Amino acid sequence: MEAKNESLLEIHDLSVAFRMYDQVLGQKDLQVISDLHLTVRPGEVVAVAGSSGSGKSLLASAILGILPGNATVKGHLHYQGQELTPARQAALRGTEIALVPQSVAYLDPLMKIGAQADGHRRPKPTEKRRELFRRLSLPEKTGKLYPFQLSGGMARRVLVSTALISGARLIIADEPTPGMSLDQALEALKLFRQMADQGKGVVLITHDIDLAFAFADRVAVFYAGTTVETAPAADFRAGPEALRHPYSRALWRALPQNGFQPIDGFQPYAGALPGGCLFAPRCPYKTAQCEQSPPPVREIRGGEVRCYHGA
Amino acid sequence: MALEAKNLWFRYDRSQPWILENRNLTLERGERVALFAPSGYGKSTLSLLLAGYLQPSRGQVLLEGAPLPRRGVCPVQLIYQHPEKAINPRWRLKKVLEESGKLDEQVLDAFGIESAWLDRFPRELSGGELQRFCLARALMSGADYLICDEISTMLDVITQAQIWNVVLEQAEKRNMAILAVTHNQNLARRICSRVVDLSRE
Repeated sequence: MEAKNESLLEIHDLSVAFRMYDQVLGQKDLQVISDLHLTVRPGEVVAVAGSSGSGKSLLASAILGILPGNATVKGHLHYQGQELTPARQAALRGTEIALVPQSVAYLDPLMKIGAQADGHRRPKPTEKRRELFRRLSLPEKTGKLYPFQLSGGMARRVLVSTALISGARLIIADEPTPGMSLDQALEALKLFRQMADQGKGVVLITHDIDLAFAFADRVAVFYAGTTVETAPAADFRAGPEALRHPYSRALWRALPQNGFQPIDGFQPYAGALPGGCLFAPRCPYKTAQCEQSPPPVREIRGGEVRCYHGA
Repeated sequence: MALEAKNLWFRYDRSQPWILENRNLTLERGERVALFAPSGYGKSTLSLLLAGYLQPSRGQVLLEGAPLPRRGVCPVQLIYQHPEKAINPRWRLKKVLEESGKLDEQVLDAFGIESAWLDRFPRELSGGELQRFCLARALMSGADYLICDEISTMLDVITQAQIWNVVLEQAEKRNMAILAVTHNQNLARRICSRVVDLSRE
């Protein structure tokens, strides 16, 4: 139990499935997240990188308890050592746990930006909001505009400020930086870094992995609904030799500055997952064992990897 | 043979500030140009004007010397920053694609669009998957100019490299021009032959 007390957020064996209609009469469960582990300690920025459609945004919704009604969640979610029940999620979200949503469509189109960022808080956090807007180089007048008058990058920065204004201890930032220029993205990440340095926790879901490598403490790599590797960010800065999973190395090599070489094939679709290792169909090192049963999580060189051959 | 923005000015309303002021840009057929600027500089607005979705307050957009066609398929196709907002949420994806003509198996294969996805609704696919549909839809219409407004920002880097490699290959084959709006300098260096920086003009 001690480990749970130390961590801010602890996720164990999490699985999420959607109940869908199949043919005329039947229903089936489509498993979109399986056996997922993730820990966030106070003071940490944990980056979640990985394939589009690997369940990163669903993880964010699962933590906040805002999955749609046809979703079933199994496994253990703990926040500050206590189980995160639906009632507790409802009580904590927006105050203790805040979300930076992925889509700019989360902004209310009929409400001015200033009022949205302030929310229902009394007294109004106007001064704090102005300070955040300044840090994120949003012009003073932004508060008086409607969402349609903002560019994509400005809307993102507004979303970041709405989460930071809450004073939450755990921030789940789902792709906060697209559309921002490099300077603005760095400033937003600096704000997250500072929050973490004050003892809070940040889950940073992102495709800007080169930025994440620079700002995060640890990086969790997602593939087809599970974590294939969790490693110190320093290993990702060091290069592919320091990484443990072939998919992590493939991500590194696909960066425009590192070769722009994609691996072939596609992430398997939920509902048609392979029986063994989820990455086996695209893996150059696969053996018979990989196709038979999914590899367990192993600890190697201070990181966790789900691979029989990882070294 | 070029797409030109000539002395473009744009604002939404007389009471609103100018978003673009006297902007000029030429995109030659077959050329690949990266468009840089901090957010809020009017990159997306310029994209909308070039593709004919907005009319300039002053100035002109010329396609090979003439205004953009008002009817039929526009040879300038815009791919958006947010694919989920560029697709009818109540159409199955097959119908989304068929809007630009008969399904072209080669294009679908190139983008890795699986046949099972065609029967799904947009909300059942991830942003990265939807972006492949937007690109396939534009390519199937026979576009000569592709305006790519941060098209790979929502994709993982492997999918980004896959998709751009397909787009570049198709652009080469069809002598298509590309204007790529991006904040990623490393990506711009990889995919483009020329960079235009709006903040330095």
